[in-house]
Amino acid sequence: MSITDVTTAAPATAAGPKAHTVGMVDDVPMGEGRTFVVAGEQVAVFRLRNGSLHATQAACPHAGGPLADGLSDVNVLVCPLHQYAYRWSDGASTNGGSPIRMYPVRERDGYLVVEV
Amino acid sequence: MVGTHPVLGGRPEGLTAISLGDDEFDTRSRLVVVGNGMAGARFVEEVLERGGGEQFRITVFGDEPHGNYNRIMLSPVLAGEEHEDDIVLNSHDWYADNGVSLRAGVRADRIDTAAKLVYAADGTATPYDHLVLATGSYSFVPPMKGVRADDGGLLPGVYGFRTIDETRAMLAATGSCRRAVVMGGGLLGLEAARALQGHGLQVELVHAAPYLMNVQLDAEAGAILKKSVESLGIAVHLDVFATEVIGGDRVRGVGLADGRQLEADLLVVAAGVRPNTDIGVRSGLEVERGIVVDDQLRTDDPDIYAIGECAQHRGEVYGLVAPAWEHAVVLADVLTGTDPTAEYHGSRTATKLKVAGVDVAVMGINTPERDDDEFLVISEPKRGVHLSVVIRDDKLVGATLLGDTRKVAFLTQAFDRGAPLPEERIRLLVDLSDGAEEVGVAEMPADSQVCNCNGVSKGDICGAVAGGCGSVGEVMDRTRAGKGCGSCKSLVKQIVEWAADGELVEDPSASWYVPGIPMAKPELMAAIREQDLRSVSAVFAALAPGGQDDAKSKMGLTSLLKMLWGHDVIPEKDGEFINDRVHANIQRDGTFSVVPQMKGGVTTPAQLRKIADVAEKYEVPMVKITGGQRIDLLGVRKEDLPAMWDDLGMPSGYAYGKSFRTVKTCVGSDFCRFGLGDSTQLGIDLETRFQGIESPAKMKLAVVGCPRNCAEAYVKDVGVVAIGNGRWEVYVGGAAGASVRKGDLLATVSSTEEVLTLTGRFMQYYRENANWLERTYDFVPRLGLEKIQQVLLEDSEGIVADLDEGIQRSIDAYTDPWGQDAKEPATAGQFRPSLPLIALPKVPVR
Ligand code: SRM
Ligand SMILES: Cc1cc2nc3c(=O)[nH]c(=O)nc-3n(C[C@H](O)[C@H](O)[C@H](O)COP(=O)(O)OP(=O)(O)OC[C@H]3O[C@@H](n4cnc5c(N)ncnc54)[C@H](O)[C@@H]3O)c2cc1C
Ligand code: SF4
Ligand code: FES
Repeated sequence: MSITDVTTAAPATAAGPKAHTVGMVDDVPMGEGRTFVVAGEQVAVFRLRNGSLHATQAACPHAGGPLADGLSDVNVLVCPLHQYAYRWSDGASTNGGSPIRMYPVRERDGYLVVEV
Repeated sequence: MVGTHPVLGGRPEGLTAISLGDDEFDTRSRLVVVGNGMAGARFVEEVLERGGGEQFRITVFGDEPHGNYNRIMLSPVLAGEEHEDDIVLNSHDWYADNGVSLRAGVRADRIDTAAKLVYAADGTATPYDHLVLATGSYSFVPPMKGVRADDGGLLPGVYGFRTIDETRAMLAATGSCRRAVVMGGGLLGLEAARALQGHGLQVELVHAAPYLMNVQLDAEAGAILKKSVESLGIAVHLDVFATEVIGGDRVRGVGLADGRQLEADLLVVAAGVRPNTDIGVRSGLEVERGIVVDDQLRTDDPDIYAIGECAQHRGEVYGLVAPAWEHAVVLADVLTGTDPTAEYHGSRTATKLKVAGVDVAVMGINTPERDDDEFLVISEPKRGVHLSVVIRDDKLVGATLLGDTRKVAFLTQAFDRGAPLPEERIRLLVDLSDGAEEVGVAEMPADSQVCNCNGVSKGDICGAVAGGCGSVGEVMDRTRAGKGCGSCKSLVKQIVEWAADGELVEDPSASWYVPGIPMAKPELMAAIREQDLRSVSAVFAALAPGGQDDAKSKMGLTSLLKMLWGHDVIPEKDGEFINDRVHANIQRDGTFSVVPQMKGGVTTPAQLRKIADVAEKYEVPMVKITGGQRIDLLGVRKEDLPAMWDDLGMPSGYAYGKSFRTVKTCVGSDFCRFGLGDSTQLGIDLETRFQGIESPAKMKLAVVGCPRNCAEAYVKDVGVVAIGNGRWEVYVGGAAGASVRKGDLLATVSSTEEVLTLTGRFMQYYRENANWLERTYDFVPRLGLEKIQQVLLEDSEGIVADLDEGIQRSIDAYTDPWGQDAKEPATAGQFRPSLPLIALPKVPVR
């Protein structure tokens, strides 16, 4: 089990979000999600088959479901507990639930960098 | 926070408020509608259908920012059974496309009836020639201490139940709330209570009257309903007012008039509605309970009309959609000149409780009112059933069905159309089994009403079919049947099928195997074989529109590919549901359950000892005997799964998959004094042969040693019953879960080998032909027993050899997933916790 929290020297904007390297891109299998702890927050990082990366809050706002265990496609992430779906584009729930929080995430030299 | 709630039925970029301005060359008269709810929007549709677009420049004011949506369906949306996108009736685009100017999110405040101007909250003044008020109602909040915050709004945690915004807010609150109080034991309150309970909240209902649904039911029926509601786990407090909201800054509890206090972090006020008449009052129209209208829906101002719940007609104010829509139709006839003499004479109302849990249907009166009224009551408090009818002059004038609504279709017809009643009145309420057929679709008179919400008759539906509608969906679109509360959908379908007499094209998407790929199962299977598609991503790339993947289709495709390719499938974990990814069933707190295989429900002391040791070692919070005759270890941490399987050394029981699950058995001839066959051994053999077989939905089996049926074989997907002399009956399509159905006798055979062969053949036929998630209890009646017998027993399609071979291929491909992944994870971090560190409520240790 590896939950890494390496704060890098990425350009730290004054007080706003900071970039954190959370692990290797390969820690997240194609099409799935994995949870990381970033600056004290739990963040779920997803790697879609189209190559895009997404990062969300780890717990579903509906009833705390583990979002990293959900199924997803190019448009939405579906929580495994009650199948609420959340749009990657803005985190909004398509079922009328609360939205999820999205974090910027990108790859750098094979590492996953999340801004929290 | 990112993301706000979208406008329902809105354009992606947000609100539309296209105001065309007043064009002096436009000679059409100006029709303004205030209120974009179910009556207002329907009225606009009716006007357009009558060619009113040529006659009128139409402007609609809607207080809500959304398009028009089906308010009735807010109950299923709150229950999580319906998606909010699916209840939109008219989107913003629809208004634009039809040249209607929608002023969404704009409240109309006042009318200058002399100058014929509507003043709205955005400061505009809009001229009209004809004005229609369709402002509906609002949730009435009775005076209670502390119910409002300082700004006059409801205290945080207090909700009415009238709009999509309130529904969304409640849905969002269900995640963080634990205890809800619902005020009001009428239709709406009961639906809200049931819906919230479905989200895991503890719900208490407070009702000021002495019994539930007191408007529709009598005291006796109300008392039975109370018991049924309580048996669902909802506490009911009757005959008491809620007088205080406790909490200060948000709801923490509710105080009752008798001094009791109920703990609550969510309060739903469903204590009735009041018509929105402000605008009428402010503008000097005649207003009593509602805005008073005549038989042409005209107010006391000749150019102003009122329809829907805000209107009061002949002293009546309605709270249901059917009258509102009848108003819309009559007024459209009058205003467009289609029938200038059209009149509305009042509605007879019928109600149904839509949210599952307790079935209630009510129409007309519930107690006799005259000396010679006939009154028939069947009351079975123990079963929660109370049925009654009131008959006057040989006509049905009222019916109450509680706990058993099987007769609702017939009674509704009799009530609406005055259809003749059976001589033996009891036949109105129960089916007497003397072989007399029930009134089938064919015998229904053409004018009998099918959809109450929309007033659609059988004749209308047949007309639509004759007019070229080729699918149930098209008929529903054309006639609007089934588009209100939806409770008549199955009847509509039956009639369409009957009327089309085999000519029916299925709704295309209804026949797709999964929503993301526009193909029926046989077509999809052929394409997969032909193009040699062996992974879920390959299927999407080759067959989905635009090559786009679809989350909701992945499980179904994974299952299909496993069946088709056996060993040769290319596995993709991201195409699997979490249960299949980790071979365990996810629980409400993100932990998992572990159910080891225990063939036929038979275990050994050594096995039990092993399970006990493992349960202690991994601090399993609960060890439970399941309804499937084996042992469940519940509340296991994901990261512990592989080590636990290793320690157990037992194969997976597949309690998580859409697959073959268990074979329950009874003790049979070895021990039981009535046993006619060795049911235990046959159960073990069946489980050994079919373990782990993937299928469109769960398959649960049982074998019993005699027709006493101690292991419930009559109600299993495949059930086997020993009848003596080495003979066994094989039943298929039974169920005793969410549906209860006795299985159909497929065949009686003379050896256990034949049982195994026939079971495998049936399973394979089901695997190849059933829709995704279609259990055998739907599959068998859909195809018909006779057809299945012909195919499996007489080989009418010449496929028996293929079926036998197909199932054998899957049997050969079986490997125990626990043995596999425990040794080597399938993907990086397969068993890593997804919610590792925050303390969530855990299942309590027992
Ligand atoms: C553990 C068990 C209850 C128990 O404590 O005894 C159970 C537990 C669940 N059942 Fe069940 N069912 C259990 C026996 C049954 C039975 C009885 C039986 O198998 O004889 C039935 C009725 C038989 C049938 O299926 O026809 C049954 C009918 C259902 C249904 C309704 C299916 C239907 O279409 O009618 C569901 C819901 C579903 O499948 O969508 C369900 C769903 C569930 C789920 C999987 C809910 C879920 O999706 O998470 C529960 C998982 C709890 C967990 O976390 O492990 N369970 N469930 C039983 C496990 C049996 C086993 O050893 O495998
Ligand atoms: C949860 C729920 C379940 C229901 N279930 C059923 C059922 O099963 N069967 C059934 O028959 N009925 C049911 N009903 C009742 C049904 O929804 C109503 O009878 C129907 O909506 C009435 O239509 P209406 O147009 O009169 O009012 P509404 O649909 O309420 O529409 C009125 C609209 O006018 C707007 N408005 C009000 N004032 C102004 C103003 N001054 N300016 C601009 N806009 C304004 C409001 O915002 C609203 O959008 C249910 C209602 C609810 C809330
Ligand atoms: S175990 Fe079955 S019956 Fe019990 S709560 Fe879960 S799904 Fe419902
Ligand atoms: S916890 Fe995510 S949908 Fe219920």
